[in-house]
Amino acid sequence: MAVTLTESAAKHIQKALSSRGKGVGLRLGVRTSGCSGMAYILEYADEIDEHDQVFESQGLQVIVDDKSLVYIDGTELDFAREGLNEGFKFNNPNVENECGCGESFTV
Amino acid sequence: MALLQISEPGQTAAPHEHRLAVGIDLGTTNSLVATVRSSMAETLPDEQKRHLLPSVVHYSADAAPLVGDEAQAKASQDPLNTIASVKRFMGRGLADVKSVGSRLPYDFIEEEGMPRIRTVVGALSPVQVSADILRSLRSRAESSLGGELTGVVITVPAYFDDAQRQATKDAARLAGLNVLRLLNEPTAAAVAYGLDKAAEGVYAIYDLGGGTFDISILRLQRGVFEVMSTAGDSALGGDDMDRLVAQWIMQQADIAEDAEHKHIRQLVSMARAAKETLTQQDTAPLSLQFDNGQQWQGQLTRTQFNTLIEPLIQKTLMPCRRALRDAGIASDAIHEVVMIGGSTRVPRVREKVAEFFQRQPHVDIDPDKVVAIGAAIQADVLAGNKPDSDMLLLDVTPLSLGLETMGGLTEKVIPRNTTIPVAKAQEFTTFKDGQTAMAIHVVQGERELVTDCRSLARFELRGIPPMVAGAARIRVTFQVDADGLLSVAAQEQTTGVYSEITVKPSYGLADNDIESMLREAMENAGDDATKRALREQQVEADRVVNALKAALKADGQQLLKRSEFDTVNLRLNNLLNIMRGTDPQAIKIAIDELEQTTRDFAARRMDKAIQMAMQGKALDEFDTETEH
Repeated sequence: MAVTLTESAAKHIQKALSSRGKGVGLRLGVRTSGCSGMAYILEYADEIDEHDQVFESQGLQVIVDDKSLVYIDGTELDFAREGLNEGFKFNNPNVENECGCGESFTV
Repeated sequence: MALLQISEPGQTAAPHEHRLAVGIDLGTTNSLVATVRSSMAETLPDEQKRHLLPSVVHYSADAAPLVGDEAQAKASQDPLNTIASVKRFMGRGLADVKSVGSRLPYDFIEEEGMPRIRTVVGALSPVQVSADILRSLRSRAESSLGGELTGVVITVPAYFDDAQRQATKDAARLAGLNVLRLLNEPTAAAVAYGLDKAAEGVYAIYDLGGGTFDISILRLQRGVFEVMSTAGDSALGGDDMDRLVAQWIMQQADIAEDAEHKHIRQLVSMARAAKETLTQQDTAPLSLQFDNGQQWQGQLTRTQFNTLIEPLIQKTLMPCRRALRDAGIASDAIHEVVMIGGSTRVPRVREKVAEFFQRQPHVDIDPDKVVAIGAAIQADVLAGNKPDSDMLLLDVTPLSLGLETMGGLTEKVIPRNTTIPVAKAQEFTTFKDGQTAMAIHVVQGERELVTDCRSLARFELRGIPPMVAGAARIRVTFQVDADGLLSVAAQEQTTGVYSEITVKPSYGLADNDIESMLREAMENAGDDATKRALREQQVEADRVVNALKAALKADGQQLLKRSEFDTVNLRLNNLLNIMRGTDPQAIKIAIDELEQTTRDFAARRMDKAIQMAMQGKALDEFDTETEH
């Protein structure tokens, strides 16, 4: 399994990384909090450490730590527009329930 | 479902805790809103991908107000209810508004001391119209970010005074926005280019918009942007370029000066298109279709265009020179030049500015968006989204704040360019015996005489216990908050009587006054010093005359011989004459003479007072008293 990016997500991340001027890739993960138990982490990655898994998708490095991978393996990260609003969306096959807002979930 | 943004490493906010903050450039011609998303500062477009919102509002009796392009489209058919350029009226009095707005069709009336514009939905203040523009930007921001805004940073011109800043804040409050900070436009542009990350330096911010030109000289010192000087021309901009090109086309195509209004408008928009083409190309094609079916074809080259606009560019360099002179620096002391405003896209403008300041200006960020982007970066920090940010951008007071003292002199309490927030206190006293009230007149400006400064507020401290002149101690505290807004408090120290005012400005500023106030202060420094010296001597003379008259009335007849009494009176009249003149030195001499003449009289009064105090008291009573 792996964690992947859609083309539009990759394009947007590429643009963001180059405007930021540094970073080795994108870090995806989870942590416990939020209204339904777990919350996603979506951050720029400046370094890769020993507990990290690195996936290559659309020419970009996607970095996930071991503990998080269990919960988000198979996820496809998409960049979506909803009206004027735009941002990233986790299409996570492991999710059973999301809080209405989509910022946290349970597996 | 919420859409997520990328955070900096380790800074993902807990769900629902990311604070949405935006920067707003509330412009005279166009307004913008920007935010920081995934660490990128960007302006937010509307559904039609338009980033610029024309600062125009159209009011109609049976529908909600229209803002932006839709409002602008109504301008020709319903000019009285289509309000544009409202920023020019913010925080101004009716007289100023009339002089600024004389070329505008609006129907101004006065209500509760504030100018209002008559429309089909009633009389509206400039603050209410601005609030409608802000509301439109707020709803655009909230639907773009998917949530309610925590706070906003709104930019204002560096020369905006308290009244204009307060009016801007009021408009934001009316639009339901929480203002984190008002930020000077040139400072915002400097922030957008990251100049605030430098340790220190002097920067020139050249802002040529559609209808206004501003130049600001900023100095960054220990993380504080200080406005060294500002200058500009409130009726100079890209629109003037369009008019010149349109006139040129009329000459070329043999169109009469008195062409129909409709045709002139078409010509101007064709001129604008040509100007825009010439920023990229060397020639712009022109073509006209006349009503009689005839056609005219022509072209405008960049060289011809440059010649046409040369006088306009020269007109912007005069304020640049003035700003440098006011700041007391040479053009080679400028470290960086930043360009703002759509008209700085014109290549010739860039060349001339580079030549003038002897360095290439920053042009990488879209000059229409750079101010909003800087405001967004500042808003992101102030909202607390960057916990490890070292950017604590401070602002300064644009003009000195002080109060009126005897003789119409200005006493500066907070000098200009003081970093804000700030609070300063100074002690004042009473001028006359038994004075029980004190009028406090708060003024803003650099000049020595109150009449040359801007009056901000007046209030009174009452209930001072009657004391001899100079005995009361009245502590006056000036406080300026982070937005540059002032409150003043006065307290008598022995009794604690207290009075305060938050400056609700008395909208009385003439056009361009603030801009020119600094300049006048410098030009008139010598003259002002003389006037100040004169007033000071006059006040001193007044004090001496009052004291002496009281003393003469009390026991002049009793303690002075007839001849002495006459001499004193002679000298007193001499001083009364001289103090009406204009020579401070002569007044000083007359005061000294009078004081010498009355020295004996004063000594005798003192003796008499001591005798009176001792009368009827036993010696041991003095002993007990001296022990205390």
